[in-house]
Amino acid sequence: MNPLNPMHAPTVLASLFAVNLLSDPVSVTHYLVVGAILFTAGIVCMTVKRNALGVLMGIELVLNGANVNFVAFSSQYLQGEQTASIGLDGQAIALFVILLAAAEAAVALAITLNFYNNHSTVDIDQADDLKG
Amino acid sequence: MTSMETASQLSMLLGLAWLTPLVAFVAILFFGPRMGHHGKNAAWVSTAAIVASLMLSLAAMGTWLAAHPVQGVVHAGHVGHAEDSHAESHEAQRPAAVHAPVAYSGDWYTLYQGGNLKLTIGWYIDALTVLMFVVVTCIATCIHIYAAGYMHDELHDVTDHEVHLASGTDLHRPGRFSRFFQALSLFCFSMLGILIAGNLAMVFIFWELVGICSWFLIGFYYERTSASNAANKAFIVNRIGDFGMLIGLMALWGALGTLHFADSVERAPDGSMNVRQGLLSLVRPAEGGHALRVPDGMVKFAAAAEVAQISIDHADRPRDAASELASRLDDWRSMGMGRWLLFIAGIGIFCGCIGKSAQFPLFVWLPDAMEGPTPVSALVHSATMVAAGVYLVGRFFPVLTPDVLLVIAYVGAITLFIAATIALVATDIKRVLAYSTVSQLGYMMLALGVGGWVAGLFHLVTHAFFKSLLFLCSGSVIHACHTNDMRKMGGLAKKMPWTAGTMLVGCLAIIGAGVPFVIGLSGYYSKDAILAQALAFSQANPTHWILYAAVAGGALLTAFYMFRLWFLTFAGVPRDHHIAEHAHESPTVMVAPLVVLAVLAVVAGWTFPGGFGVANLLEQARPAGTAEATTGGFVFGGITIPAEHESHVGPIHVTATLTAFATAAVGVLLAAVMYLWRFVSPVVVAYLFRPVYRFLAGRWYFDELYHAVFVVPVLGIASLASGTDRGVIDRIIDGIAWTARQLAGFDAWIDRTLVDGLVNATAHATWNAGLTLKQLQTGHLRQYVMFIVIGTVALFVLASLLFRCSLAG
Repeated sequence: MNPLNPMHAPTVLASLFAVNLLSDPVSVTHYLVVGAILFTAGIVCMTVKRNALGVLMGIELVLNGANVNFVAFSSQYLQGEQTASIGLDGQAIALFVILLAAAEAAVALAITLNFYNNHSTVDIDQADDLKG
Repeated sequence: MTSMETASQLSMLLGLAWLTPLVAFVAILFFGPRMGHHGKNAAWVSTAAIVASLMLSLAAMGTWLAAHPVQGVVHAGHVGHAEDSHAESHEAQRPAAVHAPVAYSGDWYTLYQGGNLKLTIGWYIDALTVLMFVVVTCIATCIHIYAAGYMHDELHDVTDHEVHLASGTDLHRPGRFSRFFQALSLFCFSMLGILIAGNLAMVFIFWELVGICSWFLIGFYYERTSASNAANKAFIVNRIGDFGMLIGLMALWGALGTLHFADSVERAPDGSMNVRQGLLSLVRPAEGGHALRVPDGMVKFAAAAEVAQISIDHADRPRDAASELASRLDDWRSMGMGRWLLFIAGIGIFCGCIGKSAQFPLFVWLPDAMEGPTPVSALVHSATMVAAGVYLVGRFFPVLTPDVLLVIAYVGAITLFIAATIALVATDIKRVLAYSTVSQLGYMMLALGVGGWVAGLFHLVTHAFFKSLLFLCSGSVIHACHTNDMRKMGGLAKKMPWTAGTMLVGCLAIIGAGVPFVIGLSGYYSKDAILAQALAFSQANPTHWILYAAVAGGALLTAFYMFRLWFLTFAGVPRDHHIAEHAHESPTVMVAPLVVLAVLAVVAGWTFPGGFGVANLLEQARPAGTAEATTGGFVFGGITIPAEHESHVGPIHVTATLTAFATAAVGVLLAAVMYLWRFVSPVVVAYLFRPVYRFLAGRWYFDELYHAVFVVPVLGIASLASGTDRGVIDRIIDGIAWTARQLAGFDAWIDRTLVDGLVNATAHATWNAGLTLKQLQTGHLRQYVMFIVIGTVALFVLASLLFRCSLAG
């Protein structure tokens, strides 16, 4: 089986996750996939957006992608035989992350506002004042 | 009053008299410059101390006279007293001669005691000590008062016209009034210390202290090259004599183990009282009638080999060894063992006296010492310090063998003749007096050498009075004329009647003027005594007739040069009108001491009713065993020292007195012919005897001789040593330094290139790395995120490839 052959992709994925996403019941893996997609979307957003607010949104996506994972791992309904739940810890961490994200967003928005006041723009490519 | 009480009272009085000037010295040393304006009151502190000393000395004299009234016998030349009484007094002296003189001694403080050796601060008081205390403090008092006036220039800033600075101006310096009196007080303390000293070690200590005071005072104007040279010269020449003195001290110390003059009683550890014999009784033991003999210690010292042999032979029986030793001592003594040691001890001590009393060949320092202020010349270099040598010979007289005495006599004769001849042609008024001092000291030494113990010390006392008088008069003249050159003076008698009169008294006293057999000035008695003793000695030892000739000739020369001085200074017409116009009589504070000293110079030789007189007082202190004529001589042999009182009997005395009178009269007449009446011009005489005149004016070329014989070789050796120092030792040191420098240079190169290079290279590399890495930090946020993503993915890929882990399974 050639992992690079597109025809074999489902099989490859099945072998990678040891489950078939489309046929198996909803499990942690599905949540992880959603989290990964969110995370990746966030990263892409951070990378390609030149608007500071867009970047901040990307950050929110990344954090929420991670949050999905925490919540999934903490759920007692999703656990299979092999996986052990981390219990309420995961949900607590998720709450912390939300809190931190809010705080971070406040700080970041304040920085952005200041930056705008000084440079009349929110283009982060212009924000290289602290470069070495 | 018992003898014990007298002793304690005398030692207390004289001890206080001795220490009072020290108190003044310490006070001035610490507070001198703050005593009034420019230290003006230092003079009063110093003078008060010496006056207190004088009072205490007079009290001591009173105590002494109360305890030991002087005998009414006539002695030492007072022929005015009945001639026939001599026979009785002569007889009366005989039994007295066996007795030792009255002397008290004791120790105040023991410096060191260990084994047989003992060093103490002690006292030895006899009539001589008491007399000398009175004389020294009396003269010192006069001179302190005089100096308070004479030194007034030092009360404000002084411009010394004899010192030219490199800037072309004359030296300007603060006055040194208090320092002068400080040194004067220290000097008095030191001099009195010599007088009261109970042992030779203490004498030596104060001997050196006197030397250093002399150095301070001669070099008082130390900015003047001549003064500082003179001070050094005096000090160094005295050290030469003191070296001999040290040898003498070592000879005594090593052989006899004591330097005490007198016996002392001390408590042994077991409680018994031991008599510790002093030098005087060791050399002249009482059991032998005080006859001079070589002490046991010196005999044993000389016979060290035999003593060792005896103790080896009797190693098992020490008692036998001791008895055999005792039995052989007299044999050894008769073989002459130890004689040389006694001779060397005597000559050694005399060497110190040669230096201090300016005897031939060490007299060259005294004339140069006149660089000091005139009161110093009067006190230190005529009346007291130079007398210390004569005093010590007198004190040490019993220990001197006839050989040593003969040496002393000849040294004195040579000194008196040389100095008198130089004084004939000197033109500096102070130098005439300085050479006169040397000459008179020669007289004293000669007198002691020919056995005239009383005569020599009598002359010491009288000379102290009239020579200090003469010096103070000369100081008064110099004060008025501002020059020392007699050729520029003349006719000053009208301007300065008091000075002229008192100086005439001094001149008459020094030449021994008087009416023969009736009365005279102080010098008349002392000089006659010396002449008589020299005559007696010459008669007893016809081969040594030249000693008498020297004394007689010296008397003539003395008369000539003293009156030459007086005529040149005071008589005739002024030769320098500028000086004569400005001359004036000195202030009262300077004249009063002159008058006091003049009176003393007249009466010091008299014997007053009741027998009181210097000569009789000295007779009380005559050392044991010296009243008798002695024959002997361990080294030269065949010398007879005549008994002193024999020189006062008729024929000898008459001859001596007439000789003294005739020579003095001839001397004065010659001086008058040449310098008063001008019948013969001194210039013509000088021209007629050109070579002699030049030789004398050149001061016998002693300074040149010493310069060529001693100074030049010493300087040569010194320059050789400094050449070695510079050429060899410095080269080696420089070479070592050069090598070290080269090594250090190499070391520095290593440090700079290798060590510093390594450090710098590290720093450089870090710097460059920083520069390179800096470029990564672009400030582009999105780029950073890309880095993070790419890096994370790369890490995952790497981890998955390396660890082959599988998720969920």
